[in-house]
Amino acid sequence: MAKLAYLVPLFPLIGFLINGLGRKTLSKSLIGLLGCGVILASFVVSVGIFLQVKQDGFQPQIVHLFDFIKVQSFNIPFSFQVDQLSSLFLLIITGVGFLIHLYSTSYMHNEETQHYGRYFAYLNLFVFSMLLLVLGANYVIMFIGWEGVGLCSYLLIGYWFKNNNYNYAARKAFVMNRIGDVGFLLAVFWILAKLGTVSYGDVFAKASTFSTFDVTAITMLLFVGAMGKSAQIPLYTWLPDAMAGPTPVSALIHAATMVTAGIYMIVRSNVLYTMAPTTQAVVAIVGLATAFLAATIALKQNDIKKVLAYSTVSQLGYMFLGLGVGAYTGAVFHVMTHAFFKALLFLGAGSVIHAMGNEQDIRVMGGLKKYMPITHITFLLACLAISGIPPFSGFFSKDEILAAAYEHNKVLWLIGAITAGLTAFYMFRLYVMTFLGGFRGTHDQEHHLHESPSAMTIPLIVLAILSVIGGFVGIPEAFAHNAHALEHFLSPVIVKSADAAHGLDTSTEYMLMAISVALAVIAIIYAWTRFSKKPEIAEAEGAGKLLANRWYVDELYDKIIANPLIALGGFLKNVVEKSGIDGLVNGVGRGVNYAGRQIRLMQSGQVGNYILLMVLSMVLMIILVFYGNNLNPVLKYFSK
Amino acid sequence: MIPVLLIVIPLVTGLISFFLKEERSAKAFALLSSVATLAVSLISLFQSGDSLSTDASWLPMLGSRFLVSLDGMGKILTLLTAVSFPIIFAATYNNKYKNPNSFYGFMLLTQAGLMGVFCAMDLFLFYFFWELALIPAYFLCSKWGGEKRIAVTFKFFVYTFLGSLLMLVGILFVYFKTPDHSFAISSLHNLALTAGEENFIFWLFFIAFAIKMPVFPFHTWQPDTYEQAPTAVTMVLSGIMVKMGVFAVIRWLLPMFPAASVRMADFIMIFAVVGMIYASLIAIRQDDMKRLVAYSSIAHIGLMAATMFTGSAFGMQGVIFQMFAHGVNIIGLWIVIDVIEQQLGTRKFSELGGLAQKAPVLAIMFVIMSFANIALPLTNSFVGEFLMFNSVFNHSVVLGAVACISIILAAVYTLWMVQKVFYGEVTNEERITLNVPINTQLMLAILVAVVLFFGVYPQPMINLCAETVTKIIAQIK
Repeated sequence: MAKLAYLVPLFPLIGFLINGLGRKTLSKSLIGLLGCGVILASFVVSVGIFLQVKQDGFQPQIVHLFDFIKVQSFNIPFSFQVDQLSSLFLLIITGVGFLIHLYSTSYMHNEETQHYGRYFAYLNLFVFSMLLLVLGANYVIMFIGWEGVGLCSYLLIGYWFKNNNYNYAARKAFVMNRIGDVGFLLAVFWILAKLGTVSYGDVFAKASTFSTFDVTAITMLLFVGAMGKSAQIPLYTWLPDAMAGPTPVSALIHAATMVTAGIYMIVRSNVLYTMAPTTQAVVAIVGLATAFLAATIALKQNDIKKVLAYSTVSQLGYMFLGLGVGAYTGAVFHVMTHAFFKALLFLGAGSVIHAMGNEQDIRVMGGLKKYMPITHITFLLACLAISGIPPFSGFFSKDEILAAAYEHNKVLWLIGAITAGLTAFYMFRLYVMTFLGGFRGTHDQEHHLHESPSAMTIPLIVLAILSVIGGFVGIPEAFAHNAHALEHFLSPVIVKSADAAHGLDTSTEYMLMAISVALAVIAIIYAWTRFSKKPEIAEAEGAGKLLANRWYVDELYDKIIANPLIALGGFLKNVVEKSGIDGLVNGVGRGVNYAGRQIRLMQSGQVGNYILLMVLSMVLMIILVFYGNNLNPVLKYFSK
Repeated sequence: MIPVLLIVIPLVTGLISFFLKEERSAKAFALLSSVATLAVSLISLFQSGDSLSTDASWLPMLGSRFLVSLDGMGKILTLLTAVSFPIIFAATYNNKYKNPNSFYGFMLLTQAGLMGVFCAMDLFLFYFFWELALIPAYFLCSKWGGEKRIAVTFKFFVYTFLGSLLMLVGILFVYFKTPDHSFAISSLHNLALTAGEENFIFWLFFIAFAIKMPVFPFHTWQPDTYEQAPTAVTMVLSGIMVKMGVFAVIRWLLPMFPAASVRMADFIMIFAVVGMIYASLIAIRQDDMKRLVAYSSIAHIGLMAATMFTGSAFGMQGVIFQMFAHGVNIIGLWIVIDVIEQQLGTRKFSELGGLAQKAPVLAIMFVIMSFANIALPLTNSFVGEFLMFNSVFNHSVVLGAVACISIILAAVYTLWMVQKVFYGEVTNEERITLNVPINTQLMLAILVAVVLFFGVYPQPMINLCAETVTKIIAQIK
């Protein structure tokens, strides 16, 4: 089955081509069927691969397709690597991806047929790129997928291309990602310069030849790439804007594809990161800072999708915290559970927006519980999962990361736990303001409120089940010995670091769990009582205004980076180029012109002048002929 | 025989073209001629040995021979030339020119000159073709160009003529330095020059080539010329003719003056990299599609210029690969720009918008070409740029890192153009339709296919020039 790994990305690619080229001739139902069918086919193959990989003693397999770039001894093959890590990601991407596709058939049904086709073509291309990213057997193939998801996010965020704000958001996403991509690319160059290869197997085998400086630089540059793709400080501002795209796209970007790429890449390179403690510290601090900052911003957002977007940034921060403290399994675990509940939250939000007639402001929602029972209950389960309430999935994965952080440094744990409390608070603020209380929208909207069709609710139900039970693949050591199936599964691809061996004692771990759960429960109760009585409708003031305006980070970036660059461009264009270089050139041109005019004066038409010139020339010639020999050395020099 | 055909077909048909009467026959004749050349060029890919070179007596009193030959790099560049002309003719088939017979005549003469430049193995012959390519281009710009064509062509002429003169001095100098007083490339590889002489002559040649590429700060003729020239001519200038400079450095400059090339490498690379960033920043502030693409091209050529002096094999591979890729991509961009200009009468972002709704196919083609322009993986330029950035980085971490900033800036200005022209709401309601002729669509589709094919499977082209690269690297080591 592993030999058939190329089929996994091939199916979505075929779907992209057929839907893209046939978007004007195919019918909507055919487009939808094809778009979903190819992802389902990939999922089936992925399950087959996973079952094979799961067997004991499975060795990573390389599926070589062709030589991509081969110059002399230097070779970058186009090949895929099937191992524990890639097979797990294949499942998440195609599984959650399929549900999102299915949901889209209904959610996007009001689009014109050709745009419907375009939408599904992009969606398939997105999944294709992501699959390429996780399947690649070397950093260059990963980079192809890496930029590919950037492209697809650009196309999908700007899907409604008539709206210029959306176009700006799309361009911002692409450019910010590109900043990260350059970091990634430089890391690849660095690896190539030192080792002459980019294949994972070779690089990790030869990693011990790296100097500390090399490995620190490489891992830092790779992390810059991850900052862009996985929306970490300072490159996170594109992700909240990326919700300009259709809501299922947000689910795809935030859950199954794109933002998890950074996590995948670092876990893939865990051999290198373990060798670079400095980078690990930076990763942990940046991750935690992002988790905290984004959580504070989410407290005061009123757009249902914006709250979820900042919560993604925040949860990604957790994952990086996990990576930074060496809890690679924990980070992958959180990627997985987060994929379930975040896809569910976005699709639930989509269901709400659909019912509300494209309204996204939670201040005019409320009381949707009785109109949309399935959306309501699944959304509630997702909120519990993300808040880390046992036994829902988020509890297990978040706990694992926090426990690892505690082991590393207690301050990291403390801020992480507080952030978990904030998470619970803003999620339940969102939940309560959307689903509880009385309806605050227009009468017209109220009239139209309805539960979504089954193509949309079935994915919600499946994801809700996964969000509830998904945590049981990673039961902590404190609960049961050797019950962490995920850790066992991933152990062949993750290097064991020396200090992770001892682990926490059981009582400490119980205490940590108790504290973070208690914080979450208190936050939930507080949010529930506060907002169910009196929804927060007024504009934020004071510190709240600072949060509502996202700490003014976008404005700051404009001021210190974008505007100066644009001004510099203008200065170069108008001053240096026009007056400077071109001025010089034109000056030379004018000089030639002037000389030409002066020389022209000699052609005065007066015979006397001509005769004078003739005589002078003859004299000059005579001098040359008679004394010319003396010039010979000069001529000789040139004819030597 | 093949190189002779590549030169003679356009040369003879070009001369005949001047005597054609009707517009339709001139167009069809030019197209046919270019297709014939393309056929020859495609055949050349499968040939090796004797059929690829010809040595005939030419100017015995000067010691110059008609020595033409195709190696891997020559094949790629002649292929680019041969592919581009029919595409340009077919894509702009509906454009009207006054005196079409002489327009197409000059175009074909330019093609003959370009072919000669890429085939010549005799320095004097090379110079001859260099001028043969340029002189018809001056006429094309000055007779068929935009409003400011006279002033702009004058600038173009003075710039390149100055370069040509310097090169001529250099050519005569090295001629006298050859053991057998010959212009043949084999004799020129063994020049006995002192370090001082070599440095001096290096600059005579390099400035000529640098103007042609162009490399910062010799570039200011280029945006003006691209803007004012008729778009079909701009395609030739930017798609093929700028490659003359890059090509000449690899074919002549590096092997003739290997030591000077190493000595000057850092200096030139700094200028090239500064030029990349400089041109990218200026591109961000353009309001005209043609000028934006012109500055973008300066940035891309800057990378080639920097890479040529790294002396690395895969950098050199990247440059040769990218010459082809850049030619294909930029011609694709010009074709779309030409359609817009012909039908809507403007190239200004401020006057355009929402064209994706009027012409979705055109938008898709343009978006693909734009992503090729910013070297997205699986487009052809990714392969070239990856190799080139890598070799610049290996040469100097700082230069490599600075050069990489242009990757970000390229995304900024290219997507800005896409957004302003194709997305958003439709402006200019009164001009409702935008018809993209079927021949233009077809040519764009071919270009897109080429972009994707070599983006996914670049190996055939890499193999084609592998031998040339090995040889050149051995010569400059």
